[in-house]
Amino acid sequence: MEKFDTLTGVAAPMPMINVDTDRIIPKQFLTTIKRTGLGRHAFHEMRYEDDGSEKPDFVLNKAAYRDAKILIAGANFGCGSSREHAPWALLDFGIRCVIAPSFADIFFNNCFKNGILPITLPQEQIDSLMAEADRGANAVFTIDLEKEEISTPDGRTVAFQIDPFRRHCLLEGLDDIGLTLEKGPAIDSFEAKRAQQHPWL
Amino acid sequence: MAEARTLFDKIWDLHVVDPGEDGAALIYIDRHLVHEVTSPQAFEGLRIAGRPVRRPDATLAVADHNIPTTDRSAGIADATARLQVETLEANTKAFGVPYIPVDDIRQGIVHIIGPELGFTLPGTTIVCGDSHTSTHGAFGALAFGIGTSEVEHVLATQTLIQQRPKTMRITVDGKAPAGVTAKDIVLSIIGHIGTAGATGHVIEYAGEAIRDLSMEGRMTVCNMSIEAGARAGLIAPDETTFEYLKGRSMAPKGAVWEQAVTFWRTLPSDPGARYDTEITISAETLVPHVTWGTSPQDVLPISGAVPDPAAEADEARREGMARALDYMGLTPGMPLSAVKIDRVFIGSCTNGRIEDLRAAAAVAKGRKVAEGVGAMIVPGSGLVKHQAEEEGLDRIFIEAGFEWREPGCSMCLAMNDDRLAPGERCASTSNRNFEGRQGFRGRTHLVSPAMAAAAAISGHLADVREFQ
Repeated sequence: MEKFDTLTGVAAPMPMINVDTDRIIPKQFLTTIKRTGLGRHAFHEMRYEDDGSEKPDFVLNKAAYRDAKILIAGANFGCGSSREHAPWALLDFGIRCVIAPSFADIFFNNCFKNGILPITLPQEQIDSLMAEADRGANAVFTIDLEKEEISTPDGRTVAFQIDPFRRHCLLEGLDDIGLTLEKGPAIDSFEAKRAQQHPWL
Repeated sequence: MAEARTLFDKIWDLHVVDPGEDGAALIYIDRHLVHEVTSPQAFEGLRIAGRPVRRPDATLAVADHNIPTTDRSAGIADATARLQVETLEANTKAFGVPYIPVDDIRQGIVHIIGPELGFTLPGTTIVCGDSHTSTHGAFGALAFGIGTSEVEHVLATQTLIQQRPKTMRITVDGKAPAGVTAKDIVLSIIGHIGTAGATGHVIEYAGEAIRDLSMEGRMTVCNMSIEAGARAGLIAPDETTFEYLKGRSMAPKGAVWEQAVTFWRTLPSDPGARYDTEITISAETLVPHVTWGTSPQDVLPISGAVPDPAAEADEARREGMARALDYMGLTPGMPLSAVKIDRVFIGSCTNGRIEDLRAAAAVAKGRKVAEGVGAMIVPGSGLVKHQAEEEGLDRIFIEAGFEWREPGCSMCLAMNDDRLAPGERCASTSNRNFEGRQGFRGRTHLVSPAMAAAAAISGHLADVREFQ
């Protein structure tokens, strides 16, 4: 997993609530057996006309936001299906940070496994960040995970908080399977005890 | 005296391998269900790292999401779907994971077959790369959906790193009136608390109306916990649970069965156990429900009318409602029972079990599907299909004009050919009415199986109570 320390880039405003993972990546793209290549299908139904041409009004089709690295969105972002194809699609598009008032649990977890930072902030702060993001190509934000701070185009600093374990894993780009395998002896003894107490398992 | 604990606390405490630092505990996973869509990249990850599957015996794989529900004897025609199923077959073989082939009678939707085979047991932790894993909570198992990276983590270590969720108890008091099913109970709960109402929580469903439900009904309720944002849903195991499990092929037998039941009886929440949130709902005033919008929280009694966004004070919600009505092609004030439909889908991990098919058949019996309506029955598993055929339900459906299909996820997520055409409107027993969920620009109204059958016969959304 790629480390996440600081990120500087344009933030795209997407002031919709309940953006579900079907919307982030529709089912017809889930037949892949790879993690890559989903970026061009991200937000497919909002992004493309029936003939495959781009819808000019969709935020990520606008010249200013085509290279956005940050997404600012409404509440309950990533609800619905557990598909990790959703963060894969965002990452493949180039989005490495999503800022919203709230996230659905599974999507939130999935982001951390892919080097994407989901930041939760109160609605009033989202509203003010959204207003700054509306300024197009000038809406360059810097996210500093070490300091847990967002620097806005206006020069403001907005603090955020990330669970310490997840923050550590993102900063170091750690493979958490590797970390867990180091606890092999604890898993072994757990299994031995369980086999004795609950022999039906 | 020991502190009073909830059902959730007991299962969680029993599975902590390492409490960890910073609130991230290492939790043991007893049961892992695997399907074709969310597992290829996980197996690929194991292969690259040279890691084996730690507990193939605690893992069970089946293809369900993308397979066709028409005759499958000649294989899968769609090349990408076929590749995904073949990849699952190859991966399970290479890693020694038990796999139920597509032509096996036990094949079906992961969340139908786990309980049906007795793979799902009380007091266990169960995961699957699918959000509707919450279904298994009906047995008093802590069951939740995970992403593909976590699928790989479980395959490699049989554990997961998890933050302890909060707890919520939803008590549904009293008896549900006739015509009100488990689906109506859970839809009304989601309407009440909202699609993010239980985010970060594990819900325990309690109360007389929940205890009165069969295991099938309890699974429907727990299944849709994720639609309220919950990590998982739970129902305390009781005699109904044990009765359902006894004799199932993978359930414990003989003396071990007795030992297991003795343990399972200790699982229900202790009197006085505390929850982070408590909600109480009366079952007695419930009526059959139907969704009108593009989120499961957009739900109303069938006797209601399409709501007016102008009456909504919150701007974001107002815009969401207006967008939903535009997408759904509905106008405010229109009675819901006047909404004409083109398609009916009865099936899915929410409502594809034998009791669901019986409820739909009771309405369909001796009646005909309305002209111009395409209605499809997709049993949740080969075993459900077989039992329905033994009971003659297939004949009732076919005579009424329904299609009788092979098992799979089908038009719940429309990954295969079972999907709505743009603009088509469907009464569906599935779990999500998101934009495009059942097909590009398709329009979904979520209902119970009996309500779906009533809609099929009427040609429009209908109140099943008028059919009894």
